[in-house]
Amino acid sequence: MDERAKMSARRVQVYYGTNHALKNVDVDILDKTVTAFIGPSGCGKSTFLRCLNRMNDTVASARVEGLIEMDGRNIYDSRVDPVQLRAKVGMVFQKPNPFPKSIYDNVAYGPKIHGLTRNKAELDEVVESSLRKAALWNEVKDRLAAPGTGLSGGQQQRLCIARAVATSPEVLLMDEPCSALDPIATAQVEELIDELRSQFSVVIVTHSMQQAARVSQRTAFFHLGSLVEYGETGTIFTAPNDPRTESYITGRIG
Amino acid sequence: MTVGLLSLVLLGLSALSFILGRQKALASVKGDIRNLHSLPSYCGAGVALFTGIPASLLMIIWLLVQPVLIESHVTDMILPEDIDTGSTRELVMSDVLRIAKGVDVLVARGADEAEITKLINNPAALKTRLADARIALAADINPHVAKAAAAYRTKVATGNNWLAVSTLGLAVAGFLFALMQVKSTFRARNVVEAFVRVLLIGASSVAVLTTLGIILSLVFESWYFFQLYPAKNFFFSLTWAPKFGGGSDLGIWPLLWGTLYVSFIALVVAVPVGLMAAIYLSEYASGRVRSVTKPVLEVLAGIPSIVYGLFALMTVGPFLRDWFAKPLGLGESLSSVMTAGVVMGIMLIPYVSSLSDDIINAVPRALRDGSYGLGATQSETVKQVVFPAALPGIVGAILMAASRAIGETMIVVLGAGAAAKLSLNPFEAMTTVTVKIVSQLTGDTEFSSPETLVAFALGLTLFVFTLGLNILALYIVRKYREQYE
Amino acid sequence: MTKATFRSRKASLLVPDARTKARNASERWFRLTGIAAVSVGILALVFLLGSVLDNGLSAFRQTHIEMAIPLDETKLDVSGKRDPALMAKVTTVGYGKLIQASFQKMLEDRGVDTEKIKPNKLMGLLSKKAAADLRDMVLANPDLIGTTLTFNAMTNGRVDGYFKGRVTLESAERDSNISPEQLRLAQRMADAGVIRTKFNWAFLTNPDASELRPESAGLGVAILGSAYMMMIVLVLSLPIGVAASIYLEEMAPKNIWTDFIEINIANLAAVPSIVFGILALALFVNFLGLPQSAPILGGLVLTLMTLPTIIIATRASLKAVPPSIRDAALGVGASKMQAIFHHVLPLAMPGILTGTILGLARALGESAPLLLIGMVAFVKDYPSSPPNGFFDPASALPVQVYNWTQRSDPAFAERASGAIIVLLLFLLTMNSVAIILRRRFERHW
Repeated sequence: MDERAKMSARRVQVYYGTNHALKNVDVDILDKTVTAFIGPSGCGKSTFLRCLNRMNDTVASARVEGLIEMDGRNIYDSRVDPVQLRAKVGMVFQKPNPFPKSIYDNVAYGPKIHGLTRNKAELDEVVESSLRKAALWNEVKDRLAAPGTGLSGGQQQRLCIARAVATSPEVLLMDEPCSALDPIATAQVEELIDELRSQFSVVIVTHSMQQAARVSQRTAFFHLGSLVEYGETGTIFTAPNDPRTESYITGRIG
Repeated sequence: MTVGLLSLVLLGLSALSFILGRQKALASVKGDIRNLHSLPSYCGAGVALFTGIPASLLMIIWLLVQPVLIESHVTDMILPEDIDTGSTRELVMSDVLRIAKGVDVLVARGADEAEITKLINNPAALKTRLADARIALAADINPHVAKAAAAYRTKVATGNNWLAVSTLGLAVAGFLFALMQVKSTFRARNVVEAFVRVLLIGASSVAVLTTLGIILSLVFESWYFFQLYPAKNFFFSLTWAPKFGGGSDLGIWPLLWGTLYVSFIALVVAVPVGLMAAIYLSEYASGRVRSVTKPVLEVLAGIPSIVYGLFALMTVGPFLRDWFAKPLGLGESLSSVMTAGVVMGIMLIPYVSSLSDDIINAVPRALRDGSYGLGATQSETVKQVVFPAALPGIVGAILMAASRAIGETMIVVLGAGAAAKLSLNPFEAMTTVTVKIVSQLTGDTEFSSPETLVAFALGLTLFVFTLGLNILALYIVRKYREQYE
Repeated sequence: MTKATFRSRKASLLVPDARTKARNASERWFRLTGIAAVSVGILALVFLLGSVLDNGLSAFRQTHIEMAIPLDETKLDVSGKRDPALMAKVTTVGYGKLIQASFQKMLEDRGVDTEKIKPNKLMGLLSKKAAADLRDMVLANPDLIGTTLTFNAMTNGRVDGYFKGRVTLESAERDSNISPEQLRLAQRMADAGVIRTKFNWAFLTNPDASELRPESAGLGVAILGSAYMMMIVLVLSLPIGVAASIYLEEMAPKNIWTDFIEINIANLAAVPSIVFGILALALFVNFLGLPQSAPILGGLVLTLMTLPTIIIATRASLKAVPPSIRDAALGVGASKMQAIFHHVLPLAMPGILTGTILGLARALGESAPLLLIGMVAFVKDYPSSPPNGFFDPASALPVQVYNWTQRSDPAFAERASGAIIVLLLFLLTMNSVAIILRRRFERHW
């Protein structure tokens, strides 16, 4: 196991009912690093991402086997409260999903439920700093009371990032965060991811190999439910070990 | 020829014309149906339609118009002095109709026309004969009335004869016309389909006609009521004390108060329980629990309201009286606002829960994921994300439930009582708009006293109330759904 | 950038902090509230059904007294010609005497001590309808005269109630219709096996009876009336409902008029049922002059009430047929109408039938509008067979229930609950058929 590993997964299997969706995955997520999961659709990359904060618990038919540790502790231990885990492992989804509340309340939601602030002033501060970190503050500072659903797609996604950042997670999971965005918004979000790296680990699932190459330091390639190759992004894209990785990167499978 | 026989003949003619039309179509192409524009059965159907439909329409219109015309003729035979004091022309006319019907019965029992003529000229004998045939008449028969009845009968008989002649004539004409059209190029399918289309449109406007019928009958009868009773008293008086004999107080407020009070209690029972049940079933319950519980709640929804009414009367009423009202010193009434409200609440639980269930399920999963992803518990997600998001829809559902509660009849008839009161004590018997509609309209219904007609004004109030609530609710729910589509 | 000063969370994953514990506790409470709410619903159903069964099951049992009655020609048909018109001259009083004699003789034979009870008190143990029943039997079959008939007389409602625990010796003290003395005699008769309890077929077949004869009140007319109304509802609402749905779902252009129709249908489904009663009274009775209390009238009202349900169900099942079916039919040159009637409609039929049955079930239980159109009247004669019977006065199941709740004798309360059981059984059957249809023919595209 890598010394710098924030989270590490060993022999992870996921079943949806009788469907064996993920087979024998071993991955270490390094601290303060952007890790990209790539692979064709249905390869299991999103499934694996959702194991890291136990979002699969909310799917009744899903069953997870194997070991996933965070800071050396098994997150599937029966004593672990998934609620507490998810406060440390935040998540941003494929489609922007702001709550039908004001911009302010969207960001304040996490701190409020976890009781992270003592008073309104602190909460205001958290909201402001989170929005700043998400590079959204300048655009919305005059209309914090406006509904979050009224923002543009790219702004909504940055609002969701701000919302996730507000609980000061240690790991941030992003499930194809740019797939519903236009190129300009995508560029803004990518820039953001790079900044966030200074504070915590980011795991990003993406369809686009260019995006993985641009934002990540490490890349994992999934194919048909198995982890094919995992390593430095540069290595994966220039000198992959596995012929399947090469085929995917050169566009022969996908 | 009776109407029933006439309809049968028409039906037979149509069937015959179907066969003839089909044969002619086949004959026109010498049996090679490839040369026909439409299949032979369409040709047959086309001819049958031309035969049957115009004639049937004529028959229906005739049957609607004939009684009106005949009555207006016959009513002239009754002189003003024939109308007793205290009676009206309408009442005398209804006697005429009744005698005419009675004479028909006598004829059916074998009396010949000569005997009838004799009887008409001898009203006293007519009365005894009718009484033998179990047709009771209140007063002695006035000679003019007897004459009028006889005239009515003859006119109806001639009318019916002409009806038969003209209907059958039109049927034959239609048949001949259509049969001449039948040749290889006859676009029978288009004709038939156009006709079917008209039928379909007609069927779909039945709903509109029903609404129209409801509005017209309520408005007209209410208008008639307000001619007899001042609208100001109806809408602003605080007493309801109908007296059959005149001098009634017919203020709507005690009834409205009872209605709203019962509905309020019902909602207090049904909304929290129904909503929580819906939340539990859609967010928490496992598939197996849901598959058992949902049908059970649906059973509750399928039980007719009379059953709930009986439950209120026989079980809940005595229970509430003996365990709450009496020990608390709040009264000894078996029927009470509380009884009706609680039972109605039980009835509404499945209604609220199934409506809310739909609405909660319409909240996208992405929102729940977003909340879970931030580390919210399930109940925090429900309370702070799902519920606020579903709120407009839930408000709509509650409004629909309120409208059901206001319009519910059997539970309040059996559970709430009949005394119109403005009281705050929920264990006292009070009455509602629907109860009074029932009590004013059942039994002796004579549509000329304000005491009876007030039911229509009450019905109009009820209709306006529930319609308003429903339109509002539908609007809210529709807006809500659009938000997530 | 302002430095965030909020509490950092470096707590261990394995040990929940106080706040998490509190949050989890509130989570458990919330879940419990949910379970409680569901349980309230289920308990309500259990109580409701329990109360109905508890009150009503006894209506299906009835105590009888069996006796042999010699039908004496000299008393019943003096002329000896078996002419019904002449025989009808013997009134129920005459038959009552016959019954009384046989009754006394039977008690003597069986050795039941009558304590010299007065004859009218003795006859008070029997239903007042016994004599009329006997007379009807004899008039219907004059050949019985001269034979000895084994006659099953119902006991009086109070005596029946005594054996069902509704009437006690104490309550009889205050009752002008029965005395403790009579009840004690009834008890001795039961001990001697003279009074026997049987399944009460008459409850399902008899017509309604007057206030004084609860024991003979039955549901015959009500069941027949309800059946007639359901026939009318089915025959009218199914074709109209299906036609309307086809038009709205498959053919109608989207314009103001069709929007208006749709809003109308949605609202009609929510109009209080009593308003339909008012409509029927004003339109069908006062304007069109249809006879009150007749099944045709009730059937028409219920049709109007059922239509929205059927239209909504039919449209849903038409919508469930995938467009590819329509395209396929149109693609081989079928007209739009042919595509609908040959392909779409048959595929939607199971759904339509299910919706129709559910609509009928709702109509069967509906009572409020029927109260207003005179179905609540006391009807003693069976309506004749359709179609003429549609115009004869009749009752309906739910209205009969209401009718009986308005009577003062508690025996009618038992009957009302019994009638509810019958009603619920009908509803159960209809709903089960609907569910089976749905399960059997449900299609997933």
